[in-house]
Amino acid sequence: MRIGFYPGCSLEGSSKEYSDSLFAVAEKCGIMLEEIKDWSCCGASAAHNLNHDLALALPARTLALAEKQGFEEVVIPCAACYSRIAGTKQEISNNVATRKKIERYIDLTLEADIKILTVFEFLQKYIFPVADGHIVNKLNQKTACYYGCLYSRPKETAALEQIENPMEMDKVMVKAGATPIDWAFKTECCGAGFTMSRTDIVAKLSGKIIEDAADRGAESIIVACPMCHVNLDMRRPEIKKQLNKEINLPVLFITQALGLSMGIPADQLGLNKHYVPTDKVVTCIVKKEA
Amino acid sequence: MHEIIPQHPAGTLKSQMEEATGVIVSHCYQCGKCTAGCPLNEEMDVRPNQILRMLQLELPGYEDKILSSLSIWLCLACDTCYSRCPQEVKLSQVMDFLRQESIRQHKVNPKAKDILSFHKAFLDSIKLNGKLHEVGLTIDYKLRSLNLMQDVLLAPSMMAKGKLAIFPHQVQNTKEIAKIFKRISEGTKE
Repeated sequence: MRIGFYPGCSLEGSSKEYSDSLFAVAEKCGIMLEEIKDWSCCGASAAHNLNHDLALALPARTLALAEKQGFEEVVIPCAACYSRIAGTKQEISNNVATRKKIERYIDLTLEADIKILTVFEFLQKYIFPVADGHIVNKLNQKTACYYGCLYSRPKETAALEQIENPMEMDKVMVKAGATPIDWAFKTECCGAGFTMSRTDIVAKLSGKIIEDAADRGAESIIVACPMCHVNLDMRRPEIKKQLNKEINLPVLFITQALGLSMGIPADQLGLNKHYVPTDKVVTCIVKKEA
Repeated sequence: MHEIIPQHPAGTLKSQMEEATGVIVSHCYQCGKCTAGCPLNEEMDVRPNQILRMLQLELPGYEDKILSSLSIWLCLACDTCYSRCPQEVKLSQVMDFLRQESIRQHKVNPKAKDILSFHKAFLDSIKLNGKLHEVGLTIDYKLRSLNLMQDVLLAPSMMAKGKLAIFPHQVQNTKEIAKIFKRISEGTKE
């Protein structure tokens, strides 16, 4: 079966390493991902503030294109894109009048029956069954798995079993030979779309997340959302000012961490693209015992 | 971007909101869990549960106070309130509605200017390219907000790390996207 891939805007720009590492892991396991042709932006953190129909029409266009291109499943690795597109799919499939209206706006028809996979669901379904044969390293470090908002909320699109204490990412990290810690900020908000307009708020919220992870002995933070990554990694100077101390805790995408356990070189996984140096993560790694 | 703000049928703020979102404010019994869990409750001028209470009571002056509050713009749509609400009041949708109505009635809190500028710059970039162009967004936002010097030191390092595309990625036919925006702005007048 062909598996569709929706990168979203961040994965073509500021979070290119998320896309690179996802493809590296998939390729290692012999899984092919095919980008939806001519996809457009989902409207993300902006559209819903100004017009609800626009917040439905933008994701609906991509859903309609994916259907026309014959995909039954689409992987959406960005948490915001996932939330917007899954929410749209649900609202459209539950309400015929809404669907008709949106179809008119986008000038395309759609069924809204495509299966949407988060990165966790993709890994679980396609990578886990073959992963053991490819995992050659043990990450050998304590990781704080940070899920953020949009995988666990709102409940209509929640892709996690327990929304206050999810374990999906923790399971991936155990597979990669890391030790996930128990901590308090797994699903707290990082400040999301305020990264430019209210950097002070991002520094405050993201600062609390980083501080708790560090206090509990984490050696890395693992994320699955480009926005969370930008806020926790690139906004570190502002966070340092906010906390009044420097915490050099690196932040990795889940696919980068998994890729390292598969012996994929750090550069190929885009670890050199981060602001907080990731060398310590790499030096912890040991060969997995046979 | 003002043209895409929907018109709402005549009525009180509460009745308009209930009709547009399907949320029923009388479901709220003021337990305060929304405010307790809100990551920005301490920054807010009117707390989330207070907004619902004011909508319930509909006393004179309350509509203005809500629509000109900073809180409605500070809401990050993280949905912690909704996920913990025993009555399943979908506050994030209430907030979306209130933001739109606040723009329509020209009551946006002056302190929310930058936040709104960012949303507008974001949507302009999509309208133009079909995809978000981060460089274009940044420039547009700086011009709108006049925060010209913000993050100037970040650009060269992001460029060096291959995190910024100078030229936008675009959909094949950008007119298609502009048409969606046009049809929606026409739809707001129906």
